[in-house]
Amino acid sequence: MGDSHAYDVLVVGGGATGAGVLRDLARRGLRTLLIERDDFGTGTTGRYHGLLHSGGRYVAKDALAARECIAENRILRRIAPASIEDTGGYFVATPDDPDDYVDGFQAACAAADVDCEEIPVADAFRAEPALNPRIRRVFRLPDGSVEPWQLIESNVADARAHGSDAWTYQRLVGMERDGGRIVSATLRDERSGSVTRITPRFVVSCAGAWSGQIAAMVDVTVTMHPGKGTMLIFNQRMTDTVVNRCHKSSDGDIMVPVHTVAILGTTEQRVEDPDRYEITRDEVAALIREGEKLFPDLGRMRLLRAYAGVRPLYQPPAEVTAAAMKDGRQISRAHTVIDHDAMDGVENFVTIVGGKLTTFRRMAEDTVDLVCAKLGVTEPCTTADAILPNQVPGKTYWLGHRLAEHEAEGGGDADLLCECEFVTRPMLDDFLDRHPGCSIDDVRRGTRIGMGPCQGGFCTFRAAGLVGERARRVGAADVAESADRAILGFLRERFKGTRPIAAGRQLQEQWMISGVYEGGLGVRSLIEHETPEASREVVDVHR
Amino acid sequence: MTIAELIFDAQEEAVGYSSDECLKCNVCVTVCPVARVTDLFPGPKYVGPQAQRFRTGRAQPVQVPGTPFALSPDLTVDYCSGCGWCTTACPAGVKIAEMNSQSRARMKAGKRPKLRDWGLGQTDLVGQMGVLVSPITNRVLFNGPIRTIMEWTVGIHRDAPFPRFGKRTFQSTWKRRQKRLGSRPLPGPDKAVVYFHGCSANYYEQHVAAAAIAILKRNGFETIIPEQVCCGLPMISNALYGDARKKARKNIDALVGYARQGYRIIGTSTSCTHTIKAEYHEMLDVKDDDATVVANATWDICEFLLDLHEQGKLDTRFGRLDEDLPYHAPCQLRSHGIGLPAMELFALVPGLRAADMDHDCCGIAGTYGMKKEKYPIGMAVGAPLFDKIRASGAAEAACDSETCRWQIEKATGTRTRHPIEILLQAYRVADAAGGATPGPLSGAGTRAP
Ligand SMILES: Cc1cc2nc3c(=O)[nH]c(=O)nc-3n(C[C@H](O)[C@H](O)[C@H](O)COP(=O)(O)OP(=O)(O)OC[C@H]3O[C@@H](n4cnc5c(N)ncnc54)[C@H](O)[C@@H]3O)c2cc1C
Ligand code: SF4
Ligand code: SF4
Ligand code: SF4
Repeated sequence: MGDSHAYDVLVVGGGATGAGVLRDLARRGLRTLLIERDDFGTGTTGRYHGLLHSGGRYVAKDALAARECIAENRILRRIAPASIEDTGGYFVATPDDPDDYVDGFQAACAAADVDCEEIPVADAFRAEPALNPRIRRVFRLPDGSVEPWQLIESNVADARAHGSDAWTYQRLVGMERDGGRIVSATLRDERSGSVTRITPRFVVSCAGAWSGQIAAMVDVTVTMHPGKGTMLIFNQRMTDTVVNRCHKSSDGDIMVPVHTVAILGTTEQRVEDPDRYEITRDEVAALIREGEKLFPDLGRMRLLRAYAGVRPLYQPPAEVTAAAMKDGRQISRAHTVIDHDAMDGVENFVTIVGGKLTTFRRMAEDTVDLVCAKLGVTEPCTTADAILPNQVPGKTYWLGHRLAEHEAEGGGDADLLCECEFVTRPMLDDFLDRHPGCSIDDVRRGTRIGMGPCQGGFCTFRAAGLVGERARRVGAADVAESADRAILGFLRERFKGTRPIAAGRQLQEQWMISGVYEGGLGVRSLIEHETPEASREVVDVHR
Repeated sequence: MTIAELIFDAQEEAVGYSSDECLKCNVCVTVCPVARVTDLFPGPKYVGPQAQRFRTGRAQPVQVPGTPFALSPDLTVDYCSGCGWCTTACPAGVKIAEMNSQSRARMKAGKRPKLRDWGLGQTDLVGQMGVLVSPITNRVLFNGPIRTIMEWTVGIHRDAPFPRFGKRTFQSTWKRRQKRLGSRPLPGPDKAVVYFHGCSANYYEQHVAAAAIAILKRNGFETIIPEQVCCGLPMISNALYGDARKKARKNIDALVGYARQGYRIIGTSTSCTHTIKAEYHEMLDVKDDDATVVANATWDICEFLLDLHEQGKLDTRFGRLDEDLPYHAPCQLRSHGIGLPAMELFALVPGLRAADMDHDCCGIAGTYGMKKEKYPIGMAVGAPLFDKIRASGAAEAACDSETCRWQIEKATGTRTRHPIEILLQAYRVADAAGGATPGPLSGAGTRAP
């Protein structure tokens, strides 16, 4: 183990929290390594709803969480504008929402310092004509939407600029404990299988819903309640504003416009294993039924896919209540920094759990404050003030930007690999240059390739061609195989999320795409085993 | 019906949301006449359902230098000619052409319309002014140096076809005639039809209106011509929706009384009739009861004549016309979805060798091909058609739409006429040869006025 592997701190988990912790540690002068078992943002951070919370959803029940949200909301708009769309948010009172909640809403917002203004319903209908006309009252709050992958990249880039490192596809497989200290950590490269041992002075677990598994490696118990939440992605934005029901948060009561799509969510369901859960058609139908209270025409709109994420909800040992066990929503959304020195007698180990994407920076700050105190570092936190790299002050995301930029360069579709999301060949080349060895699914997170209506149908083979071409350029032996792998891996992932919702136009789209890949490109010969199963599933859904 | 349903049914939304139906199949791209000839236009799928997902009601928060975009971030949609081929071809029912028109309107919204777009859109006003001073206007419009100046100043291409103004409007001629004849009782809806002449017959091509009246009369129909204004299509295609809506309202108000009594509304301009039939509803969101009644009562004249024939009520005693007649079916006719009625009527004329040129678009697409930056595109779009017509060696050609006729004449030097002018000529030949008195036939009984 050379000096290059001499890190002060090992951070486990490349979600928003891990990236934030990495950045904060790096800026305070601690040489840090972040490891992620997959690509960045493939955990809950890549499978969340996309909402930059104003805090409005928590004012009534969890004022602490609400306060944290609005404070971080203001900070993130300043330090990461490009990752945020300033959609604004409506909290709307439908006939199904109880008067007392609605009447008390503004006061509750004021108490939690959340900006809230009641606006005439007519104004809301004018701005968002697809809203349910039976909505009686509308409050405007500073909600937004936030894109997670770029946010992580910015945090990682800042950390790298401060002398730290971040590795993807490195899984933590074990830690060696010597009495009250962790002395080493073993990482396995998920692609090559090679194993690395490092000896950090301190370990921070930011593994979200997987935190229990990490702690168990050093015989420490962290009880997580992985709560699955399902969301539906609609092909187009029926609203440019985030729309919430003004009631006690429940299923299917919020629509978030994120980039080209609008996402309806969520549900809450306890799952045992954060890596194994499924989405059912009943769940999808129930979500749509609820969503129709916000947008009556929802049932007619095209659904692209369904996906789910697992909430990293922490169950503190002392506060186990029956209610909290039954309904994950009862547990505070605010975060907890677990000092395993005080709790479990492991002096150089901290776990951070709970929280939200919106509050990742604050979670990192609290965590790093503790780590610094333990390591005797006195540098103050600067993450709230310094604008992240690759961000332009004040310039928030705008939906039209890709199209506008493409048009400014002369328009045309010659260079478009993904026509739906306007991903050009230079964009893909650039991404592959910066991320050697990545999969097309990684490219998707970085560029949105394949996230449009055809779900990769037309861009996958183009992208695979480009991957093959690059393999040839560097003289790789497996040019054809690399293209095949690229196609298969990506199609599998993309079709997964469409099965529960395949109906109507989206089902037709799938049939057409299967026609292209099976009939036109002969993909069946590559996946003798998967394809029959895949097509059988589609037939079942069709029935 | 809820307000949201109303709003959602309101075409602005429905057109926008029809992009939900897109399967990405590219059929529209293969039929688009403009995408075929120029790289400046990325094609219907791109500017339609794909770009649509990037359009928002929100203006850009910070202006990116070099991008003038506000609401609609794209400019290439301006190269769509509005011919409507994509919408007719799309297997999924995406209203691509309509979506393009709306995005163009949004793109131009807020900006003052270019003088040219405004002028090309204000056919009534320009027409009235032109007629008032027709010798001068005609000299201007057909004079080389002045056309060059027009190209520089208002952006109308110097070689673009431009009509000659008549000495007076058809409306005023008709009113004088009516005055002379004095007031007479209105014949019933089976003995009279309402004629929608549109701008071209009013200001430029009064002979088409005359032909229509003669043909209708020969088949037993009096012509009723209420006060009317431009159908509004030029304003729609130049993204002046507000103006277009006013025209729509006026026309509907003028026509609905007749339509409710059962009178059919006949037009000689395929684009005007299509505007009344479909665009008021789809593009302008004018869709009350009156609008629907008027839309349902509206017929293209060839469609109407063919319908008479199918009922055995058309006077088919056409004289012999021994000639080749290349025929171009204009884009708007395809949007009617009524087939090629003119070709079927031509088949009734002995000796006439009418040939459908089977080309999608002549390139003019309303006023598109007149604009300086679009003129070469329009010419390229129509080139195969022009070649075929020239190669046919025919002395004249036929086409239902006025701007297409001007474009074809200008590009090929071949005189191009409305199908009913050809039919009328065939009647005249019969009259001259047989000396037969004009009158209806084909088993419909005598219904001469
Ligand atoms: C359905 C749903 C909707 C949500 N909506 C919102 C919202 O709208 N707004 C909001 O602010 N918050 C929302 N949240 C909460 C938010 O998504 C999470 O709080 C946040 O993303 C958690 O980030 P994280 O980095 O802590 O966890 P994660 O993103 O899950 O990161 C943990 C990482 O650890 C990695 N890992 C696990 N085991 C190992 C190992 N052995 N070795 C290496 N790496 C490992 C995982 O691969 C994963 O990438 C939502 C959550 C859910 C479930
Ligand atoms: S994949 Fe897209 S995303 Fe790319 S072309 Fe299609 S839908 Fe589109
Ligand atoms: S209306 Fe005509 S020019 Fe415009 S996109 Fe459709 S086919 Fe092409
Ligand atoms: S023809 Fe229709 S479905 Fe096919 S790509 Fe064009 S708009 Fe989409």
